Amino acid sequence: MFDFLFLVFSSLRDLGMENGNGGNLQQLFQRLVAVIYDILQRLFFMVLSVGPIPNHIAFIMDGNRRYARTRKLGPGAGHKAGFSSLIRVLECCYKMGVKYVTVYAFSIDNFKRDPCEVQSIMDLMLEKIDELLREESIVNNHGIRINFFGDLKLLSKPVRMAAEKAMAETAKNTNVVLSVCVAYTSTNEIVHAVQESCKEKLARAQVISDVNAEIRNSFGGYTKPLEEEYSITLEDLERHIYSAEIPDPDILIRTSGETRLSNFLLWQTTFCYLHVLDALWPDISPWWLGWVILHYQRAKPYIDKNKAL
Amino acid sequence: MVSLQLPLSTINNKIFSHFNPKPASCLCRVGNRSRAFPCNKYSIFRGGEGTITTATAEEERLLPDELRPELMPKHVAVIMDGNGRWARQRNLPTSFGHRAGVRALTDLIDLCCKWGIRVLTVFAFSTENWLRPKLEVDILMSLFEMVLKEELKILMRQDVRISVIGDSKKLPKSLQKLKTEVEDTTKNNSGLQLIIAISFSGQYDIVQACKSIVEKTKDGVIQPNDITEAVIEQELETNCTKFPHPDLLIRTSGEQRISNFLLWQLAYTELAFVKSLWPDFGKADFVDALCEFQQRKRRYGGRDS
Repeated sequence: MFDFLFLVFSSLRDLGMENGNGGNLQQLFQRLVAVIYDILQRLFFMVLSVGPIPNHIAFIMDGNRRYARTRKLGPGAGHKAGFSSLIRVLECCYKMGVKYVTVYAFSIDNFKRDPCEVQSIMDLMLEKIDELLREESIVNNHGIRINFFGDLKLLSKPVRMAAEKAMAETAKNTNVVLSVCVAYTSTNEIVHAVQESCKEKLARAQVISDVNAEIRNSFGGYTKPLEEEYSITLEDLERHIYSAEIPDPDILIRTSGETRLSNFLLWQTTFCYLHVLDALWPDISPWWLGWVILHYQRAKPYIDKNKAL
Repeated sequence: MVSLQLPLSTINNKIFSHFNPKPASCLCRVGNRSRAFPCNKYSIFRGGEGTITTATAEEERLLPDELRPELMPKHVAVIMDGNGRWARQRNLPTSFGHRAGVRALTDLIDLCCKWGIRVLTVFAFSTENWLRPKLEVDILMSLFEMVLKEELKILMRQDVRISVIGDSKKLPKSLQKLKTEVEDTTKNNSGLQLIIAISFSGQYDIVQACKSIVEKTKDGVIQPNDITEAVIEQELETNCTKFPHPDLLIRTSGEQRISNFLLWQLAYTELAFVKSLWPDFGKADFVDALCEFQQRKRRYGGRDS
């Protein structure tokens, strides 16, 4: 039953978006279909808003290349379709009131892929960052702030500079925060957090040591450095992970049917609701997203009650 | 806020990766055969230490037809969820659910021993579980002691090596002592390695690894910039095994989350969410989970060739 409804809604959406070469009647019909589609979508969001809306949704955008292969599209077309899907999902999250969106765009492991594919993804990223920063883009229309998480030193200079520019220019936006994980793995993120925490501890220990030395020299007193100063805590690590200022995701959605985390947000998804969709990422529509949110709303009371197993 | 309660469980669609365990005799076997590789009655399956050994006819019969010996996971992790719900459904005290859960665990250990799985990690008690009512926590601690004592002889006969990971400082002294005894007694066993996570969480594991590392940086053994993933891995509590990364994680009771279990080690683990409650998890459910695992393509971020 729901498969049939999704098919109807997807068809309505596609009909409404076609640029017909027919006459006025056909254009009128298409506009009518688009209006009906929009109304149905708004009704669906109203129904969803009766229950708790997640504050933060994370996506593993899997399936772009399979999408291109099944439709016999050219190289790079799958990732372009994936970007369009990301914009649709962002629009949908904005309308539903989701405040934070995190996406897994490019893993450090993905550098193992064919160099041509890696280069085409980097070129696409450059092109799309530029597109997003234009005046009329969704980022400025909806006040979206963009973060880039990952080991950005692994990116080529143009891509890294474009990412830094995007972060700087959207820093003042406050409506939605889009975090794009590029050259990222969670284990790399944790290593970075450990390194920074160790450096911080050593620096503090050095300061205490210097102060104690002053005390001994000036007053002849003895002081012993506190052992606790060297000890790392959970809070120390959390301060140094990339997403320190962002709350943990409420839902993690992976598309294309694979059921694994692939080294994404391991630290942040300890209590997160995980959902896998068989649909490929470019096929994701607001209806799929709403469907997952319905499941999340159903699971949430139990998750809140039993956060510890 | 009001939560929507829709009868979603009656919907049959392929959207969900909710893993629906089916009885071993039904469609799963037939369906999987049509998608899986041809079933070969191999008399070869992987033994220990990466070598291929010839199995006897009796061992061949132990592995169900649906499962390919060469695609069996080396390390299976399990979140044993649902004991409390199982007991409530039967109007029994929670302790009965935990006891029934122990039976399911011993059955699973038996299957893992027979089917050549090298490591089985079970999430017995998390750091967050200390917040449960004191009575339940005390009952669980007593249950752990009782089970370890009762099952030790059987596990020795099965050549199982037991390791207990977690913050043992919080455990009762008697359990701490028993833990050391059990680990010493079984340390020379070469069969299945059973890792029991008690008072454990993935974040705790990483924090304790970092404490060791920061001591080394303080002593000048290592510089902060020289800290790598390998350095952290060596300090994690799963360094007690040669296969620290689970190939398959099974969580029972239908809940779809990790609940702070084996955080670092689950980076590329295949996840299976089973609807059965843990005391009801049996051979059929395990076979279904392994079938599902064997059909997945693991790319580790690369591409299919």
